[in-house]
Amino acid sequence: MLIRSGAFPRESEVTDKALWLDRRRFLALGAAGALALSGAGAEAALPTVKGPFSTDEPPTPQKDVTTYNNFYELGVEKSDPAQLAPSYFGKPKPWSVTIAGECAKPGTLGYEDLIRPHKLEERIYRLRCVEAWSMVIPWVGIPLAEVLKRFEPNSRAKYVEFTTLQDPERLPGQRRAVIDWPYVEGLRMDEAMHPLTLLAVGLYGEELLPQNGAPIRLVVPWKYGFKSIKSIVRIRFAETPSKTAWMKAAPREYGFYANVNPAVDHPRWSQASERRIGEFLRRKTLPFNGYADQVASLYSGMDLAVNY
Amino acid sequence: MDKVLRQSWVKPVLFAACLIPLGLLAVRAATGGLGANPIEATNRFLGDWALRFLLIALAVTPLRALSGWNAVARWRRMLGLFAFAYVVLHFSSYVGLDQFFDWNAIGREIVKRRYITLGMLAVLLLIPLAVTSTDSMVRRLGGRRWRALHRLVYLIAPLGVTHHWMMVKKDITEPAIHAFILSMLLGWRVVARLRHNGATSNRKAAACSAPQSSSPLS
Repeated sequence: MLIRSGAFPRESEVTDKALWLDRRRFLALGAAGALALSGAGAEAALPTVKGPFSTDEPPTPQKDVTTYNNFYELGVEKSDPAQLAPSYFGKPKPWSVTIAGECAKPGTLGYEDLIRPHKLEERIYRLRCVEAWSMVIPWVGIPLAEVLKRFEPNSRAKYVEFTTLQDPERLPGQRRAVIDWPYVEGLRMDEAMHPLTLLAVGLYGEELLPQNGAPIRLVVPWKYGFKSIKSIVRIRFAETPSKTAWMKAAPREYGFYANVNPAVDHPRWSQASERRIGEFLRRKTLPFNGYADQVASLYSGMDLAVNY
Repeated sequence: MDKVLRQSWVKPVLFAACLIPLGLLAVRAATGGLGANPIEATNRFLGDWALRFLLIALAVTPLRALSGWNAVARWRRMLGLFAFAYVVLHFSSYVGLDQFFDWNAIGREIVKRRYITLGMLAVLLLIPLAVTSTDSMVRRLGGRRWRALHRLVYLIAPLGVTHHWMMVKKDITEPAIHAFILSMLLGWRVVARLRHNGATSNRKAAACSAPQSSSPLS
């Protein structure tokens, strides 16, 4: 078998990474200069510090990350979101997020108020889609736990529910009931508070593009990509788990946990292997997408074939 | 119109037109037009065209009957063979590109995934039709048996449409369109057959009654 282990990148791949890190450093240090050079159309470079848990694997090219997207709110084809976003969802901001439910400080905050108190970190994570393809993405974000703590969840807060913007004018995919809009996702409290879980606002050192879930999205790298909900407008602390969008759409195929698990197949395809975007051969899928050391203990004693 | 369609240049032009999807695929592959996941895109593209050509081949007989353009019957074999060719390419891209000849995995998938089982069955059933498409095979089988064998396409096309329908994640628009067209093409045949039978039995009835009515004369 020619399948390589994800944990040990080739030397050439490491070099690749150094190259683009240089580029990112250039963006970070010379943001003003770069903006002046390239004009007003340039993406805003984000000031970031290096965060923990980053993989050494070579990141998926930015072009692929920003043109191959599952974001049904902007169309069901992978190429739709990048094509439709400019005319419908080109300027997501101004943006506000409502915090609700079991916490001491509910309320609605503007994007700036939500993000500004925090240091932005760069985290290079693997992303494994439930459709058996994967990417490596240099996210920019904040640990979700840090944000959630500000609203002082109470003892009844056992779960966190997230909701995507519902606006068929700007998200034309919502004009058809492909799934039950708005998109809703959820995490158990310990999953939400886990240091790996990220609230992302950018990738490749730049602000998120609409097709990637601008301006603010979830990133849960050990779960299938559909858990990492995009364009969040509402975060609710709850006593009970939410029925998520895909659980409603196809309960036999998509569960609440959706942990990456090569041993539990999707009813219609195998999850044992995946195609890393940009690679020819399939590679083996790792339990918890390679983050088992960090998160497997969250599920000790649980039957993951039942809780898929 | 029928006269125009009978001209000798028509069929080669149609042949070339049937190669356009393949050319388009080659251009896209060469220019990065297949996107971030070119293997998946290739496989989907070939599968889509395999289905479309099956439907196109099935449309020949209704088109001929409804339009009276008898010339289109001359294209039926070619279009059917193009359907077979695109099916084989789709199968090959699954085996060679998507699974990279991992026969164990492919075997497991065929057994476990119903939509792949159905797809493989459709490929298998198409083989005898392609093999018996030559004039000499038609002669060897005899028209009646040849026609009976080639009615397998009424099973193969629904298998193909179902295969597509089952693998789609959520938006079933495209397979639903295929299913609608297929049901029209097959439904037309059922209606035509019923009418034909009706007409035949009427004629039989007329034939039976003829001696009676003529008996006074005899």
